[in-house]
Amino acid sequence: MLNRPEPTIYEISSPGRRGVTLPELDVPETPIPEEFVRDRLLLPEVTELDVVRHFVRLSQKNFGVDVTFYPLGSCTMKYNPKVNEVAARLPGFARIHPLQAPETVQGALQLMYELQQYLAEITGFAATSLQPAAGAHGELTGILMIRKAIHEGRGEPHRTKVLIPDSAHGTNPASTTMSGLEVVEIPSDRRGNVDLEALKAHLDDTVLALMLTNPNTLGLFEEHLLEMTHLVHEAGGMVYGDGANLNAILGIAKPGELGFDVLHINLHKTFSTPHGGGGPGGGPVVCNEELAPYLPGPVVTMEEHENHVHYTWQMPEKSIGRVRAFWGNFAVLVRAYTYIRMLGPEGLRAVAENAVLNANYLAARIKDVYPIPYGTRTCMHEFVAQGKIEGAPDVRALDIAKRLIDYGFHPPTMYFPLIVPEALMIEPTETESKQTLDAFADALLRIAEEARTQPELLKEAPHHAPVRRLDEVRAARYPKLRDVPGLDEEEALSS
Amino acid sequence: MTYIPTTDAERQEMLQVIGVERVEDLFHDVPEPYRFPPLNLPRPISEAEILAELHAMADMNVDLNHAACFLGAGAYNHFVPSVVDMIISRSEFYTSYTPYQPEVSQGVLQALFEYQSMICALTEMDVANSSHYDGATATAEAVIMALNVHHRRRRRVILSPTVHPMYRETVHTYTQGMGLTLVGEDTPRHDLKALAQLVDDQTACVVVQNPDFLGRMFSPSEMQALADTVHAHGALFVVVVDPISLGLMVPPGRYSADIVVGEGQSLGSNPNFGGPYLGIFAFRREYLRRSSGRLVGETVDKEGRRGYVITLSTREQHIRRAKATSNICTNEALVAIAASVYLALMGKHGLRTVAELCYHKAHYAAQRITELEGFHVLSTWPFFKEFVVQCPAPVEDINRYLLDEWGIIGGYDLSQDYPDLNQCMLLCVTEMNTREEIDDLVNALEEIANGALEAPPGGLTLSQR
Repeated sequence: MLNRPEPTIYEISSPGRRGVTLPELDVPETPIPEEFVRDRLLLPEVTELDVVRHFVRLSQKNFGVDVTFYPLGSCTMKYNPKVNEVAARLPGFARIHPLQAPETVQGALQLMYELQQYLAEITGFAATSLQPAAGAHGELTGILMIRKAIHEGRGEPHRTKVLIPDSAHGTNPASTTMSGLEVVEIPSDRRGNVDLEALKAHLDDTVLALMLTNPNTLGLFEEHLLEMTHLVHEAGGMVYGDGANLNAILGIAKPGELGFDVLHINLHKTFSTPHGGGGPGGGPVVCNEELAPYLPGPVVTMEEHENHVHYTWQMPEKSIGRVRAFWGNFAVLVRAYTYIRMLGPEGLRAVAENAVLNANYLAARIKDVYPIPYGTRTCMHEFVAQGKIEGAPDVRALDIAKRLIDYGFHPPTMYFPLIVPEALMIEPTETESKQTLDAFADALLRIAEEARTQPELLKEAPHHAPVRRLDEVRAARYPKLRDVPGLDEEEALSS
Repeated sequence: MTYIPTTDAERQEMLQVIGVERVEDLFHDVPEPYRFPPLNLPRPISEAEILAELHAMADMNVDLNHAACFLGAGAYNHFVPSVVDMIISRSEFYTSYTPYQPEVSQGVLQALFEYQSMICALTEMDVANSSHYDGATATAEAVIMALNVHHRRRRRVILSPTVHPMYRETVHTYTQGMGLTLVGEDTPRHDLKALAQLVDDQTACVVVQNPDFLGRMFSPSEMQALADTVHAHGALFVVVVDPISLGLMVPPGRYSADIVVGEGQSLGSNPNFGGPYLGIFAFRREYLRRSSGRLVGETVDKEGRRGYVITLSTREQHIRRAKATSNICTNEALVAIAASVYLALMGKHGLRTVAELCYHKAHYAAQRITELEGFHVLSTWPFFKEFVVQCPAPVEDINRYLLDEWGIIGGYDLSQDYPDLNQCMLLCVTEMNTREEIDDLVNALEEIANGALEAPPGGLTLSQR
């Protein structure tokens, strides 16, 4: 990694430099009314080489899956195949306008239509909308669909309670609040499942839905799943599935057959599209027959004519409305489509099998040194260990995570799920080899030894990164969220 | 190809360490009747085969490398310098996750910090977040932020009828469970005074687009007058912008906008058939703690070196859960980095030039179309790069003719959203349109004015060309 500090783009700027040549004006000028015209534009002035070096250097201060093992729990940091990148950049996909007439974009619509079918088949559902841009966006979509189907479709507007396990991602309660509904937290039991008795206690006629991640964020398959989905349905509610952990069950089980009514899929986790440093993602929603008319739209439909098929847009009959402009993160959809076609049904099942194999292997390799709550159970694609090492009382999960950086690994997810103290949530994915897993396990074991003998090595870690630990308290207390010479001085003067 | 490295021999060793016999044994928690369902999907194919198929599918589409494009309406054909794609193809950027571990994510963090800085420079707002999904969701999030600023006590939201129709629809979708009153969409178009009259003490915010969906530019003084009324009632002034227009136009920070949102696709991204795009989101500092989305801040490491971290996360869902300001987690970071590269390359002069090219070319096109019999340019107002043309035939028919006979992608059919704008087309001209293309468009429209649509296909009109 590059350890030299990199100036900001404004610090590189020098008045008069240009980074781009644009075409000459080839039409007569039209006067621009003076009052509309800005008197300054405080963008940098740099050359093309300045820009290239600056951003290449920045990239060298970053870990990615292509650089090293990135076992972030619940994030499914699998390898991102390069053919996906080529596919998404084909001019016939990248250079088409979303509002072109359907007859001029039949190839794009066909791809979307087929992807809708594939995702429904993989998850066991009846219908798909590709519109949501990310997992949380899919959650909001799914909850709004359930809300409308029960409030308006079934005529039960008094149902406003959404039950959410305490192990859930924070997006679940946040999406529920955004939908104008009430969150009720359900505790977990001693085996890492949703506490069935606690769930039953809340199943009254105000229940709208249960939001369930399965496998859950402990990496465990819910042992009472069928009973839970049955009970919620019996109480008149629906079950929302958070598909963040779908990688574990591709070809192993279909959520649509297990009692889920609607599910979002993270294309940027399960279907190998890159995370892009935090996005773009893709959060398609799949659902059963009852909810299908409520999907956001438009969705793609196929009309069969005598000797050809025609793809076109259709708004589902009782749609909650659109959840964004246009149709979805199309370039992400192209990547996911490519991946599914290359893997096929056997390949997808192999993904889940090997993801689960890798997680169990890694857990087995470290479990004598790092406590794994609920570790007597077989985990799915990930597991949660604790950063508590015998004989090293002062060492925390944070210290272990930062020390892993010195060994060249990206740390696991830390301090989540909230129900496990000092959580280190580890998801190796299927694309990592036994050598990599062994090297990572060896590093964790060595770090545990260091924790007992030289704890300061951990406390001071990382030692080999572009920066040492950063002062996050200062960042929050004195927020500096931009650096624009000219603008900042002005603000300082006015305040 | 499954990208799985594990050999059968390694798998056996691993199973032994785990203490089970077969991989299937790892799935005993899955209810037996539902275990290992068949997947009815096409058989796996090789890279060579999938590429051939994808090329064939892509070739079925009419792309902007092979047609002159006069279509805008929220997605634009602006020039993307080669450097942009080269940078976002750096796999250290695109294969990384959200920068939760700042020591090994300084690249993404600094690039996003610079994105925030340049969006502030462009809008002259105090703070910009590191992105929402697109212009529509950024608009919806702005409305929710305004509600939160008022602790959800104010439930009236005013939407201008010339905010992008898809953005308005998204606002309706997002807020359907909140018990709001959304008003203003039936006021006369382009009438800021009519919107001002709707503002009362229950109003959380007023949302206006500038230039608006029909291309109209409102002057800073018109916008300031509306802002003053909005503020007199304690409401927030939300402005939807086209970032390219800000190369030229007075920024919304100068006419008292409280929240500025917009579609950032124009800043270095292809049209991509609608996504991924970039939700620009900037606001005044006093609303910082009520704002949504991820923020990157500057700080120091323990040796005093400058560094960047995700900050003020106590607003976000992973900490605040049900009380978070938004549910957003994954955003559009890589598209924001593309915008960062684009804005750096363009710089203060380049972006101004792009904006001026759009302005002059659009006005040249409008001027020439004005001279055509049967076509009326309704945009008698100041406009930037889009204008409204009333046509002598349905827009759909005109567009089919333009594409079939001239290889031109025509404008947006406004009757879809504004029934009274029957046979009206929204045309968009950018720096990518050459004079030849504009002249072709005018010639094609002239043929239509002369009755080309009634002529038999392949008949006289064609041979006259």
